[in-house]
Amino acid sequence: MSTAIEVHDLRKTFGRTVALDGLDLQVATGEIHGFLGPNGAGKSTTLRILLGLLRADSGAATLLGGDPWRDVESLHRRLAYVPGDVALWPNLTGGEVIDVLARLRGGIDEKRRAAMIERFDLDPTKKGRSYSKGNRQKVALVAALSSDVELLLLDEPTSGLDPLMEAVFSDVVREFRQGGGTVLLSSHILSEVERLCDRVSIIREGRNVESGTLGELRHLARTTVGATLSRPVDATQLSMISGVSDVVVTGEHISCTVGSDDLGRLLEVLGTHGIIALTSAPPTLEELFMEQYRATPAASA
Amino acid sequence: MTAGVRSAPHPSGGGLTGTPSLLRLAARRDRVLIPASAVGLAGFVALSAQATFALFPDLGSAQASMAPTLSNPALLAMYGPISSLGIDSIATFKSVLLGAVFLALLAYVVVRRHTRTEEEAGRLELLGAGVVGRRAALAAAVLLGTLAVVLTVVLTVVWAIAVGLDAAGSVALGVSWLVTGLSWIGVTAVAAQLTSSTRGTAAWSLGALAVAFLLRAVGDTAAGDSPARFLSWLSPLGWGVKVSPYGANRYWVLVLGLALYSVLVAGAFALLERRDLGAGVLPSRAGDERSSIRSAGGLTLRLARGTVVGWTIAYLVLGLVLGSIAASVETFVDSPQVADMLRAMGGDAGSIVDIYFSTELHFAAVGAAALAIALVTRMHTEETTTRAEALLATRVRRVEWAVGHVVLAVLSSAAVMVITSVVAGVVRGVATGDVGGEVGRLVGAALSTLPAVWVVLAVAVLLYGAVPRFTGLSWAALIVFLLLGEFGGLLDLPNWLVNLSPFAHLPAMPGGTIDWAPLVALVVVAGVLSGAGVAALRRRDFG
Repeated sequence: MSTAIEVHDLRKTFGRTVALDGLDLQVATGEIHGFLGPNGAGKSTTLRILLGLLRADSGAATLLGGDPWRDVESLHRRLAYVPGDVALWPNLTGGEVIDVLARLRGGIDEKRRAAMIERFDLDPTKKGRSYSKGNRQKVALVAALSSDVELLLLDEPTSGLDPLMEAVFSDVVREFRQGGGTVLLSSHILSEVERLCDRVSIIREGRNVESGTLGELRHLARTTVGATLSRPVDATQLSMISGVSDVVVTGEHISCTVGSDDLGRLLEVLGTHGIIALTSAPPTLEELFMEQYRATPAASA
Repeated sequence: MTAGVRSAPHPSGGGLTGTPSLLRLAARRDRVLIPASAVGLAGFVALSAQATFALFPDLGSAQASMAPTLSNPALLAMYGPISSLGIDSIATFKSVLLGAVFLALLAYVVVRRHTRTEEEAGRLELLGAGVVGRRAALAAAVLLGTLAVVLTVVLTVVWAIAVGLDAAGSVALGVSWLVTGLSWIGVTAVAAQLTSSTRGTAAWSLGALAVAFLLRAVGDTAAGDSPARFLSWLSPLGWGVKVSPYGANRYWVLVLGLALYSVLVAGAFALLERRDLGAGVLPSRAGDERSSIRSAGGLTLRLARGTVVGWTIAYLVLGLVLGSIAASVETFVDSPQVADMLRAMGGDAGSIVDIYFSTELHFAAVGAAALAIALVTRMHTEETTTRAEALLATRVRRVEWAVGHVVLAVLSSAAVMVITSVVAGVVRGVATGDVGGEVGRLVGAALSTLPAVWVVLAVAVLLYGAVPRFTGLSWAALIVFLLLGEFGGLLDLPNWLVNLSPFAHLPAMPGGTIDWAPLVALVVVAGVLSGAGVAALRRRDFG
């Protein structure tokens, strides 16, 4: 499997602010890679380094086999970028912006341009200043998808889209991958990540916290277990089991959380106390991310 | 639409609810700009007057030194006629009208900042969602602008009297400035309603200022019996001059200023009622679906088109005005003393008409440098609005993008100078019967000013490339160059200081001889500075 983006130990500071603090990121060719992290984690800085707008202080970044700072011209023919906050020229129409950006990237695929305008339901004759946030994003998306590229860098591209357009976006991105394209998608919309991404990387304070498929990440998170028992159990006895914590005992009812690897052992112990009722809730995506976002880098390292 | 529906949006407070809080917010945001401008403008009058007093021990020597200025119609076009031959009048000759223009600019900046700029940025929407009436923002902007103008005027009058200028005349100076300052509060308030963009507001308000200036320039330089003298009365800047501080002291002109202010402000509120938030009264039309732009340079040109066209029209009009004023220049003075004086002043300068054209073309070159700065600093706007990011994510390289802006600035500033000189040459040539000759001389003279324009342009490129947050200082540099040129002699500043201005090294053309060494030096300096700027841009972080 070849790599579209390979970032190793990337560091970038702005004055006294450390934006990236040894970031690692691998995106395989042909995958949709979710790029997640709390606000200010360094997602946009990473994308801007990959675009050659910022120069990294140290570390290595390889994009489609090239150096993002030096090989701007050859690399940018092969990728398209959609920023989260799209600013358009106030006196150019959406259609003009699409043409200009796609043509300067290396060429317009007329059929795709027309199809994308149709699917995103965009009025290309309006001036930039009169578009809403969502419509500005549509202009940027159509511009990105109207030329023939191998890689899409998307920085929260759907934050202003309505659910209908989000669905169109998902379809379009999936089709792009089916055609062999690679996508790096920074997003806060978890359902979108779950629907689309093959793998995700979570970053926090400029460092990589976790990478993997969603299944793998789920595996790392804790399951909440609740049980009603026929014979009461001692709270300390449960806490002794490795991987179990947050134990609460109220009469015959207990609840606790447990890591996926230790679930079996917990059930064995509970079994000896006669289980009357049992609930086991795997972490929701939301819990998963909350946990990762909050985790101190030291604890997760 | 029923009456009930129409009155519904303003159930109470006349739409002015929240004006005091908006005014406080606006005043807080301008807490440096307004006091600094007030002190700057007041000091400009008081200190230059003080310097004049110190320089000339008696009235006779002052009058003698002013004679060349007073007989140069180009300077009369710039500064207006002198109000009297008294020492106070001489000491404030250059600061009355120029100060009024700066005060009009301050009024424009304050009003635009808190109306259209806020609306375009969407911040007004944020405020409008709170308990803020529909008219509150405009009311707060007009009030703050008025406060800024009044504060500046009061400080100026007090300071002027303190340095020993005549009290009655100083009050008249205040009246003169009030008239222009208040007028541009009104003009800008209306402009902000008409257009739906900050740039559009700038074009209307500053365009009106330019027209007002030209009207009074023509009126003030017209011969005594010419009907053209009436043109000064059509211009609020002309009114400011007609107050004639330290001369006739016509206080009553204030009535004209107040009337225009009231009408325009009332008009702005009426226009506000007729439009939606974010829109202008003039409709924003649907545009083309397709674009034929194929290069970064093409996009740069397309985006700057409005600016370049506007300046081209302005310089075309300027050429017409310059060419026609030349006819009355010869009739101005034809005494042998003046002829002697001119020879002494200009060295090898030719006729009084030559000196007139040379002076005016140097002023026009300062304007062309302003155009160059405006075009170069668009890069900074593009960068801070992140629009450039989208462009630089395509295969367009930074250097290519920057060079496109520089080339556009070089060509546009040259074009406006050529246009103004060709038009002036044709108009003058028709009068003298030698169109070809006049056009040739004037175009040559206009071209000889370009090296100084390029140095200013290069300063802007260097600032933007190396320290983008200081890009705005290129405007300060241009103002300093202008003031060094205009006041260097008056304030008796040392030569090395005056020579910092690239405009100080321009030859006196037409009529004079060209010394190529300083021109070549200017071109080299411009090349080095802009090269360094582009190189710095290539290396730095973008955005």
